Amino acid sequence: MNHLDKLEAQSVYILREAYREFKNICMLWSIGKDSTVLLWLARKAFFGHVPIPLVHIDTHHKIPEMIEYRDKLAMKWKLTMIYGENSEALKHKKTFPDGKVDRISCCQALKTEALKNTLSGKWTRYIMDLNTGKYGIDPNKEKYTGVIVGVRADEEGSRSKERYFSPRDKENDWDVGDQPPEFWNQFKTEFAPGTHLRIHPLLDWTELNIWEYIEREKIPVTSLYFDQGNGKRYRSLGCYPCTLPVDSTAKNVNEIIEELKSGKFANIAERSGRAQDKDDGGGLETLRRDGYM
Amino acid sequence: MENREQMNIVIVGHVDHGKSTVIGRLLADTGSLPEGKLESVKEYCRKNSRPFEYAFLLDALKDEQAQGITIDTARCFFKTSQRNYIIIDAPGHIEFLKNMVTGASRAEAALLVIDAKEGIQENSKRHGHIVSMLGIRQVVVLVNKMDLVDFDEKVFQAIQTEFREFLDKININPVSFIPISAFNGDNIAVKSPYTLWNDGPTVLKQLDELVNRKEDEDLPFRMPVQDIYKFTGEGDGRRIVAGTVLSGNISKGDEVIFLPSNKRSTIKSIEGFNISPRDTAYAEEAIGMTLETQIYIKPGEILVKAGEKHPILSSRFRANVFWVGKAPLIKGKSYKLKIGTMRIGVKLVEIINIIDAAELNIDTFKDQVERHDVAECIFETVKPIAFDSISEIELNGRFVIVDNYEIAGGGIILEGVADSSNTLLEHIMDREFLWERGLIPSSLRETIYGHKAKFIVITSGSEGNDKLIQDIGRELEKKLFQMKYKAYYLGVSSLFYGLASQTVSDHQGRDEHIRQIGELARIFTDSGQIFITSVFNLDDYEAQKLKLLNHPNDIVFINIGDSSFNTFQADVVIGKEGAANAICAVLKKQEVILDYYL
Repeated sequence: MNHLDKLEAQSVYILREAYREFKNICMLWSIGKDSTVLLWLARKAFFGHVPIPLVHIDTHHKIPEMIEYRDKLAMKWKLTMIYGENSEALKHKKTFPDGKVDRISCCQALKTEALKNTLSGKWTRYIMDLNTGKYGIDPNKEKYTGVIVGVRADEEGSRSKERYFSPRDKENDWDVGDQPPEFWNQFKTEFAPGTHLRIHPLLDWTELNIWEYIEREKIPVTSLYFDQGNGKRYRSLGCYPCTLPVDSTAKNVNEIIEELKSGKFANIAERSGRAQDKDDGGGLETLRRDGYM
Repeated sequence: MENREQMNIVIVGHVDHGKSTVIGRLLADTGSLPEGKLESVKEYCRKNSRPFEYAFLLDALKDEQAQGITIDTARCFFKTSQRNYIIIDAPGHIEFLKNMVTGASRAEAALLVIDAKEGIQENSKRHGHIVSMLGIRQVVVLVNKMDLVDFDEKVFQAIQTEFREFLDKININPVSFIPISAFNGDNIAVKSPYTLWNDGPTVLKQLDELVNRKEDEDLPFRMPVQDIYKFTGEGDGRRIVAGTVLSGNISKGDEVIFLPSNKRSTIKSIEGFNISPRDTAYAEEAIGMTLETQIYIKPGEILVKAGEKHPILSSRFRANVFWVGKAPLIKGKSYKLKIGTMRIGVKLVEIINIIDAAELNIDTFKDQVERHDVAECIFETVKPIAFDSISEIELNGRFVIVDNYEIAGGGIILEGVADSSNTLLEHIMDREFLWERGLIPSSLRETIYGHKAKFIVITSGSEGNDKLIQDIGRELEKKLFQMKYKAYYLGVSSLFYGLASQTVSDHQGRDEHIRQIGELARIFTDSGQIFITSVFNLDDYEAQKLKLLNHPNDIVFINIGDSSFNTFQADVVIGKEGAANAICAVLKKQEVILDYYL
C-alpha cells in the first residue's frame, strides 16, 4: 500500500467506527477541499452511499459559488443536506462586513454560535428536499452527539494536538490538558450524557495529500481553487470579506500539487489568506476552544 | 504522482531531557518550517525577555508556553530526501503518560532522549518499557546535551552500557545510541566535529535507515467485522460485511468462518467504491464483501479463513496491561473490553504480578492495579471471544479496557487460559449454596397452583421477527393466565428502563440484560411461576448462560422461524402462525400444565 492508500484506509476505518457507535451523528461540510475529501471518503466507507447527514453553517457571506456547488453535489450524490445560521446576528447586521463588530466577534457569532446551536438543535435547521432542491425546516431537533470534522494536524498548532475522537463537554469546551488516550486503533467512543464527540478522520493528512487524493480520485472541487485567468485563486475558502485569493496561476489540480511541492507555497502556511487568524494572538486557539472548526 | 513513503516516529524521554529541542532542530535543519515561523518565535522570545529555544517552535498553545512543558502529543511534519516523517512529540511528565501512549501507539519507531548530564531517569526507563509494550521494535537512543559534558566519550559509553542492560530486560534491542547536542545541532543533520570518537550515523541518517513495518500479508487472515451495511432504501440490494483486514488476504470463493459465532459462509465478492473490480483484498485495506449465503452475524465478530490456523477462542486470557485510569483496576468490577471491533464485558480475575515500569521490580502483593502500573493479569469476558496471542498475530492480540466512558488501560494478550474455572459456574455454585430456602417445597406449590414452574425463552433468528416474538410472549402469558395459571411475561426492554436502569451503563447492554433476566428467572421459577421472556437473536453462549442462571429449575427454548443458534438446539421450533397455542401444547406435552381434556 502506498501512503495515500494508508491514509484512506485509516480514515475509512474511523468513519465506520463513528457511524457504528453514534446514533445522532453528522458531518460538517464547509464546501472546502478538506471536508469534500471527507465526504468522498464517506462514500468510500459506505460503498457509494452517505448515510450521515451533512451540516453546513451558512454565514450568508460565503462566496456565492460555494453555495451553488454545495447544492449541486447534494442533489447529485443524494445527500441529507442540512444548513444552520445565526439568524439574529444576520437580522441585526451584527457582522464585520456591516461594520458593527470586529472580525473575531463576527466569526464567533456567524460560525461558532451558529454551529453550537445548530448541532444542539436549539436553532432552526434547514434540510434539502431532494425532489425539489429547495430547503425547508428540518423537523428533527435532536442534538448531534457525534460530529465528524475535516481538520488536519498540519493546519496550525492547536490542531496538531487533536485526537481522532475528541470529547467536548457540556459547554462545548475542549480540555486540551486532559484528553483521553488512544491506544492503537481503539478510540473513545463512549461518552457521558450531555457531552459529545468531535471525530477527525483527516488528522494525519497534509494539504498536499488532500490535493493528491483529489487528483487520484477525480473528486469534483469548486473552481474557486483554480486561477480563472486573472492570476489569482483561493487556497483556502471562507467568507468573502475575510478570505483573500492568493497570487497563483495554478489552473488545475496537478498545477496546485506542483505548486505545493516545489513552488512558491512549499513553505507558506495554508491559512495565510485568512485574516481572522492574525487578529487572534494565539492563532485559532480562542476560536477553537469555543467550537470553531 | 509522488506519493512518498511516510514514517511515524515518536520521541520520548524524561522531562527536560530535550525532546522538543530535538524536534525543533530536525524541523529547522530539514527546512521544514513554514516561512517566517522561526523569526516569529524568536521575536516572541525577545518580547518576553526569554532566551530563544527550539522547543518554543512546538509550543503552539498558550497555556503550554506558560507551563513550559509539553502536555500533549503534537505532530510535526518534516521530510528528508528519503521520505516524509511525522514526528510525534510525547510529553515526558508522568502525569501525561496517557498522552505519551497515544503518540507512541501510532509510531513505527521511537527516539528516546537521555540527558547526558542527568543520566538515566525514571521516565527514561518507564517510557522504554511502554514503548516495548506498545509493540515498537525500532528504538534509537539519543544521548543529548553532550556539550554540557564536554562531549566526553566516557559519559556517553557509561549511559550506553547501563541503558542497554535495561532495554535488554524488556526485549528491546536498540538500533543505535547517538551522542548529540540538539541545541547546537551536533549529529542531528551533520556529523559533529566534537564526537570524532563516534563512528555512528547522524540522527537524520539513522532515521532514513529505519524500515516501515511490512504489511502482515503472510500471516493467517483476520478481519474484525466493523459493521454490516444494507442500504436498501437507496435501491442497493447488497448486504456488505465491512472491516479492515488485520493480516493475511482474502479472495472471492474463500470459505470463511465468523468467530465466536462459528458461522460459515463463502466470499461472493469483494466490494469497494470507485475502485477497479478485484477478487482479492490484503492486510491493512478497509474493505467490504458479500457472502454466498444469508447468515446472521454481528459487528465485533472476527472473520477467518476455514483452511488457516484459527485464533484462540476463550473467555479467559493472560495479558500485560498498562493502566492509565483515574480509578484503579480492581477485581470483580465490570469493565468493557474492546478488542478488534468486539466490545464485551470483562472482569479482572487475578493479578499475577505488578511490574514497576521504571525499576522492573515485581510486586506480587498489591490487590489492585493503580494508575501508571504495568501488570500481568488474568481477565475473563462474559462470553468467549476470538483473539491471537501477541507473539502470533500482534494486531489481534491488543485490547483496551473502558471504565466509566474512558479508555483506562491498554493491554497485550500473552496467551489464552483454559475455561475450567469459569466465574459464572463458581457464582452459581455459591448462589445455590447460600440460597435461603423457604419452608414450602416446590411439589406443594405445584399442587396448589396446578402447574409446574418453567422458564420459557422465545427467540428467533429471522430478520424483522424481534417485535413478533414479544407479541407471542405476551399472548402466551394471556392464554396461560386465562387458564388460571401463574404466568408472567417480562421483555428485555422493560428491564432496560426498570431494574437495569441504574446498574447498567449502555455499553454493558445486552450481556448484562441476559444476566439479569437469568437471575430473575431463577427467582420466578423458584416461586413456582411460569416465567416467559423473548430475546431476539439469542446465540449459543447466551442460551447456555440463561440455562445456567436458571439452574436448578426447568427451562424451555422456543424458536420461531430461522434459528439464531449455531450448534445449540432449541427445544422446540415452530412457525409464527398460532405460536402461542403451539407453545401451550408443548407445555402440556412436557406436563408443565395439565390437559383438562384428557
